[in-house]
Amino acid sequence: MGLLGFYLRKLVTIFKGEIFVLPSRIVVFVFVVVLLLFPVLIDDPYLLRILTLASIFAIFAASWDLLSGFTGQMNFGHALFFGVSCYTAALLNLHFHIPPWGTIPLGALAAVLAGLIIGIPCLRLRGTYLALTTLAFPIILMGIVFALPDLTGGELGLSGLERLAKSRVAAFYINVILMIALVATMWKITDSKTGIIFHAIREDEVAVRASGINTTRYKLLAFCLSGFFAGISGGLYAHYMRIAGPSTLEVSMSFQVVIWSVFGGIVTIWGPVGAVFILFPLLEFFRFWPEGRLLMFAFVILLILLYMPGGLLHWIRDKIESECPRCKIRNIATRKTCRICSAEMH
Amino acid sequence: MIYDIILTTLINGSTWALLAIGFSLIFGVARIVNIAHTAFYMVAAYCIFYGTYRLGVHPGLAVLMAIVLVMVLGLICYKLFIEPIREHEAAVLIATIALALVFQELVLLIFTGDFRTVPALIAGYLEISGVKIAYQQLLTIAAAGVILAGVWTFLAKTRLGLAIRATAQDREVANLMGMNEARVAMLTLVISVALAALTGAVVLPLSVLNPHMWMGPLIMMMAVVVLGGLGSMKGSFVGAYLLALSEALVVFLIPKGAFLRESVALSIMILVLLLRPEGLFGVAFEEER
Repeated sequence: MGLLGFYLRKLVTIFKGEIFVLPSRIVVFVFVVVLLLFPVLIDDPYLLRILTLASIFAIFAASWDLLSGFTGQMNFGHALFFGVSCYTAALLNLHFHIPPWGTIPLGALAAVLAGLIIGIPCLRLRGTYLALTTLAFPIILMGIVFALPDLTGGELGLSGLERLAKSRVAAFYINVILMIALVATMWKITDSKTGIIFHAIREDEVAVRASGINTTRYKLLAFCLSGFFAGISGGLYAHYMRIAGPSTLEVSMSFQVVIWSVFGGIVTIWGPVGAVFILFPLLEFFRFWPEGRLLMFAFVILLILLYMPGGLLHWIRDKIESECPRCKIRNIATRKTCRICSAEMH
Repeated sequence: MIYDIILTTLINGSTWALLAIGFSLIFGVARIVNIAHTAFYMVAAYCIFYGTYRLGVHPGLAVLMAIVLVMVLGLICYKLFIEPIREHEAAVLIATIALALVFQELVLLIFTGDFRTVPALIAGYLEISGVKIAYQQLLTIAAAGVILAGVWTFLAKTRLGLAIRATAQDREVANLMGMNEARVAMLTLVISVALAALTGAVVLPLSVLNPHMWMGPLIMMMAVVVLGGLGSMKGSFVGAYLLALSEALVVFLIPKGAFLRESVALSIMILVLLLRPEGLFGVAFEEER
C-alpha cells in the first residue's frame, strides 16, 4: 500500500512538473485521454468511423512531415507509399490468406522498398525539381495498375479483405493506439541525433556534408523511414476499408497530405497530426451543404494560410507559449519569469 | 496511323508547351509553383463555353472576353491570396492547390459536372491521302505556333521581357538594377495566366470540358517543365513535343496503351533526369542544386 502511494505521489509530481506546466502539453494529454475514452462515452458508429480514419491519415501526414518537413525533401508523390502498401497488403491477404497482423508490416516493407527505389534517382534532385518528379511516381504505378486488371482489379480495385478486428470498437482501438505509438516514435526519431541531422540537411546540405556526414545515406534513411510509417497507415487503411483501389494512388491523395501538413505546421510532427484531426472531421461537418463541401474546405485553408502562413497549430502555440530568452525553455505566455532559470521574460 | 500520330503529337505537344512556358515563367520570376495554372486554363475554357452558348456571342469575341476575365481573376487571386504569404514557399504551394480546388468546385456548382463541347471556329476538314484533318486541328497547331513565336519575341525583344528574364536569373541583382521585382512578378503572373487562357481557347474545340479537366494537363505540364529544365523556354518546347510523341506512339502502337500513356511519358522524364538532373536545357544555378 505504501509502495502504491509512493508511485501515485510520484505520478502526480510528474504530471504537475512536466505536463500541467505547459498548455500545449495539457492539450495533447486531454486529446489522448478523450480519444481513448471516446467509444466508452459516445457509441456512434459514424463518429467512430471518422476518428478511426483520421488516426490512419494522421500517421500518413506525420510520415510526410518526417521526410519533407524535417529533411526538406519535398515529396509530392507520398501517395505512392500509401498505395504500394495498400495493394501489397490486399494481394497478400487475398491470395495467401495472411492475416492483417502479417500483411500490414509486409505492406510497410514494400513501401520501404518503394522508398529506396524512388529515393535513389531522387537523391540527385533538389527543391522544386524533386517535388515535381516525385509527383510522377504514383501516376506511373496507377497506369500499371490499370494495365493489369487481372492482378490488381483495375478501376474497381481489390475488395473483400479480412477485417482488422471483429468489432468496430476493437478496430478503433487498434488504429488509435497504433497512431499514438507511431507518432510518438516519429517524434522521438526527430528528437534524436538522426533527427538533428535531418534538420541540418534541410537547412544547409553542403555544410552537413562538409562536417563529414554522409548526407546521401541520411536522405535515403529519411525516405525509408517515411515510407515505412506511410506504409503502415496504408495497410491499416486497406484492412479497415476492406478495399485497395486506385484512389489511394491519385494525385489528390498526394496533395491532401501536403495540405494537412502545411495547414498544421511543418517540421513539428504534431502539427500534421492535429491538422488531420481538425480538417478531417471539418470536411464531414460541411456535409450540410454537400455540393459546396470542398469549396468551403478550400476557402478555410486559404483564409487560415493568409493569416497564419506558418500553420495553424504553430500560430496557436506561439500565442499561448513563449520561449525564455536565456535558456530557450518554453513557458506559458502569462508567466513573468522563466520557470526553469527565473530569467525575466521579455 | 502515321498521320494520326503526327497530328496528336503536334496538338498535345503545343498544348503542353504553351502551358509549360507559362508555368515556368512565373516559377522563374517569382519562385511560385502555381498548381492552379491549369485551373485557369479550365476557367478560360468554361468562360468561352458560357460566352458562345449562353450569351450567344461570336466565338472570337468570347475568346477575348475569357482571356481578359482570366487575367483579372489571376490578378485578384495573386493580390489577395499569394502576395501576402510569398515568403512562405510551402504556404504558397498549398494556397495554389486550394485555389485550384476553389475554381474546380465553383465551376462544378455553376456548370455541373456534365461533359460539354464547344463548336470549332472553322468547320470542315481536309483530306490528305485518305486521312481526315479537321481545319480546327490545323488552326490549333498554327495558333499555338504563332503564340509560341509571340512569347519568344516578347521575352527576347521587349524591355519587359528583358526585365522578366533578368529577374528570373537573379532577383536581387535585378532589383538593384532598378527593376521593381514585385511589379515584374505581378506582370509575369498576369502574362502566364493569359497564356493559360489562350491555350484553353486554342485547344478547347478539340477537347471535352469538365470541371476536372485541369488534372491531366497539370501532370503532363509539370513533367514537361522538369524534363526541359525549369525556366528554359527551349526546354519546355522540346520536352513537350518529346513527351507528346512518346504518348502518341504508346497509345497508337501498344495494345491497352491508353492506360500506360502517362506512365511511359513520366518514365521517360525520370530516365532523362537520371542522366541530366537539371533537365534537357536547364541551367543549374549554384543555390538551387
